[in-house]
Amino acid sequence: MNRFYMMVGVLAVVLGIGVFALLKTGGASAPAAAAGAPPTVVDDSFRGYTLGQENAPVEIVEYLDFECPVCATFATIQMPTITEQLINTGKARWRFRDYPLPIHKYSRFAAHAAQCAGAQGRYFAMQEQLFSHHQWAQTGKDPSSLFRDLAQAAGVDLKAYDACMEAGRYAGRIEYSRQEGDQRVVDGTPTFFANGKKLFPNLRRLPNSDDFKSLVDSIIAHTSAKPAARPARR
Amino acid sequence: MRSRQAIALLALVGLFVALYLWLHALGFGGPIKCGASGGCETVQTSSWAAFLGFPVAFYGVVGYLAVLIVALGSLRPAALAQPGWDRLVLVLSSIGALFTAYLTYVELFLIHALCRWCVGSAVIITLIWIVSLFSLRSPATRIDRGASQPLRGPPA
Repeated sequence: MNRFYMMVGVLAVVLGIGVFALLKTGGASAPAAAAGAPPTVVDDSFRGYTLGQENAPVEIVEYLDFECPVCATFATIQMPTITEQLINTGKARWRFRDYPLPIHKYSRFAAHAAQCAGAQGRYFAMQEQLFSHHQWAQTGKDPSSLFRDLAQAAGVDLKAYDACMEAGRYAGRIEYSRQEGDQRVVDGTPTFFANGKKLFPNLRRLPNSDDFKSLVDSIIAHTSAKPAARPARR
Repeated sequence: MRSRQAIALLALVGLFVALYLWLHALGFGGPIKCGASGGCETVQTSSWAAFLGFPVAFYGVVGYLAVLIVALGSLRPAALAQPGWDRLVLVLSSIGALFTAYLTYVELFLIHALCRWCVGSAVIITLIWIVSLFSLRSPATRIDRGASQPLRGPPA
């Protein structure tokens, strides 16, 4: 019996040390190259991933920050309806541009994860993962391991993803997009432009799918452009 | 008695598994250690990671601690002949196993990610449940008569 209690004591000490070691060491951490601003900004002529037809009469450009909760709400609540009503019907094309806000610790890192997934043709799947599991943005914890999980769920090859993140391959592209946003006086996220014109400057709430439907219908009515038939993802 | 000892050891291991997940949920340490392809962060940051305002792992800590205390209590010489302890462990482990079954369902079909630590905990609570069932059917005094004598009444 005494031997048993000794065994319990030893096991408790070993397990306690194990838990302490696990907490102390943690897992992978965000590579600085992907998490921070790059030393140089390059224009690789990339202008954002788009949803919809090339010849859609209206192009909406959205400047987004992956850590921004309003962007996540918009992506998960409004975008499905917008996709159905405006993008799938060929009325509008949606262009996603990165605008990582400096107040968000991991937004640049998340944007980079999306770009690395995009290099494998999985940008939209990764974007959906990042926004639908948005609790990471509230914890303040290093999301490296989670993003790998999300990338895997999005169908991304993790070996290529890891190499892309480690190298910070698209850090310059993201910074270029952010500076472009500055030039267009993006003052928060999400900020929208329709055919080059800034939208809803005086709206004191998040625009919804009805706002966009009215807007796009109005632009189409004024230009009398014909909507295209099939949607496409690029 | 051996089955009660096995339950105590299993509960101790389960307690530390739950403790690690709970401390991680409270923000201690870095990213969770989950292996190359694990889904622990996905599970831990999902909306199912908290229940009634507390991290799910907290209930694991409480549950395993309760089983451990009861199992250690049942190993006292005075308690060896009392089957009530086995029934109590069976009730506790049944609640734990049912809760774990629900969480595993959530992982598989709602979150679509499996956390290795959660799977480990599920295995532990299932083993505790099986052993407690066995223990109830085979009371401690019958399994290991030589190890400890049940209490007898005062000499006449």
